[in-house]
Amino acid sequence: MSENESEPVRDEGFDDFLDAIEAGEGFYLECPEGHGSLPPRRVCPHCGATDLEETPLPETGEIETYTEVHVPAPSFADDAPYVTAVVDFGAVRLTGQLRGGETAEIEVGTEVSVGIGENETAGERVVVFRVA
Amino acid sequence: MTGVRVAGVGLTHFGKHPERTGRDLFAEASERALADAGVDRTDVAQLNYGNFMGELSEHQGHQGPLMAEAAGLTAPATRYESACASSGVAVREAVKDVRNGEVDVLLVGGTERMNNLGTAGTTEALAIAADDLYEVRAGMTFPAAYALMAQAYFEQYGGSKEDLAEIAVKNHDNALDNEYAQFQSAISVEDALDAPRIADPLGLYDACPITDGASAVVLVSDEYADEHDLDAPVSITGTGQGGDKMALQDRQFLARTPAAERAAEEAYDDAGIGPQDVSVAEVHDCFTIAEVLALEALDFYAPGEGIGAAARGETTRDGDRPVNLSGGLKAKGHPVGATGTSQVVEMTRLLRGDHPNSDAVPGDVGVTHNAGGTVASTTVHVLEVDR
Ligand SMILES: [Zn+2]
Repeated sequence: MSENESEPVRDEGFDDFLDAIEAGEGFYLECPEGHGSLPPRRVCPHCGATDLEETPLPETGEIETYTEVHVPAPSFADDAPYVTAVVDFGAVRLTGQLRGGETAEIEVGTEVSVGIGENETAGERVVVFRVA
Repeated sequence: MTGVRVAGVGLTHFGKHPERTGRDLFAEASERALADAGVDRTDVAQLNYGNFMGELSEHQGHQGPLMAEAAGLTAPATRYESACASSGVAVREAVKDVRNGEVDVLLVGGTERMNNLGTAGTTEALAIAADDLYEVRAGMTFPAAYALMAQAYFEQYGGSKEDLAEIAVKNHDNALDNEYAQFQSAISVEDALDAPRIADPLGLYDACPITDGASAVVLVSDEYADEHDLDAPVSITGTGQGGDKMALQDRQFLARTPAAERAAEEAYDDAGIGPQDVSVAEVHDCFTIAEVLALEALDFYAPGEGIGAAARGETTRDGDRPVNLSGGLKAKGHPVGATGTSQVVEMTRLLRGDHPNSDAVPGDVGVTHNAGGTVASTTVHVLEVDR
């Protein structure tokens, strides 16, 4: 790497969040009213409260909706087809890829755990769900 | 407060024009709109212009003044960016400015050039209308986002791929005689169901195409129209805009679009009408499921009831309230930044009687519904014609 080439920029807050999930210490932000949100965040998007506290993310969530993607963005070209799901963890939902299961077995309500995987195409970190 | 009249409208053909620049496309649409309006170019006091992906597709930012120049104007010009609702917002801001008495004559329009990016490039460019951290980096594409909403809808309310296919068939059918449409070809339900899958439950025929094109309208105050004896029977009588959380995962509903519900309510109140008064609509059917969500947000149907509207013949050309008589985004095409204004163009022609499908319009009140992203932003406009 030449001296002029810059290091990839770290997205503080978001990358910290991925680190935490990777370490098995996933969290979300909770305001005094009990609203959940995800970092980076200075203000509760639901009520405007500014005292947000890191609260443990439940170990498992339920698939709320999902799709099998056949036409990916270029940065996921080698990953397709893959399953993208929105998973409900109670106070927050997370979008990620469902891995390690047969698509036919998946349904809304399936219980999954969350972790971090790698995108095959670009080698970047991805939120990954596995059937619990 | 003055009324706002649509003095003239113009479109380019919507389709594949990969070698035509955005400025050339907008020059054509604006020239048609100005000629149709019959207003003096020097009377145009402002350009409101919509564009979404110009930096990516043409390496061109700061498109406001560029497009004013293309249109032959020396007026101040501003670009509005609100993803697929970019020119819908440009129209809304123009309506406010005319009503406020700020300006008497505006050019409003939009352009998008997409085919030169190819399918992969366009998929990537469109994806940036979603939340980069939490959606794009998880591999969510735009079709995937709508597929997630479709799946959530089916789960909550029921409905099938066949119901969605009926919407595609209807909109293709409506585009047959529309010279500006990208697809002037009929399809069958079987064609749609047999098409390659993009993101289940959505297949190729559930999705709008990749489109190049431009649209423009000339808006004038009532006073200007009267003073200059313009033939401008169509007015924009209501405008509304709604917003929602950027990412699907942060929304209260995955199978409803509250941003559009709020925009519709505001536009109806503004025009002093209700959904029952609307006889025809142009809605943002970037995917077939999006038309269903739009019909429910516009309160033509209760949540869960809109899915079968096309199959039941209620929104078809011979139905009680035809929807997307232009062919919609599905068949007419979806040059993202041009879409909101193009809906106003089509609705104006439908209402004033010079659209190939004008005969199918059962009344005097039309609505246009333009949604940005996964409906994180929406504008709704009410148009009425004096006969
Ligand atoms: Zn809160």
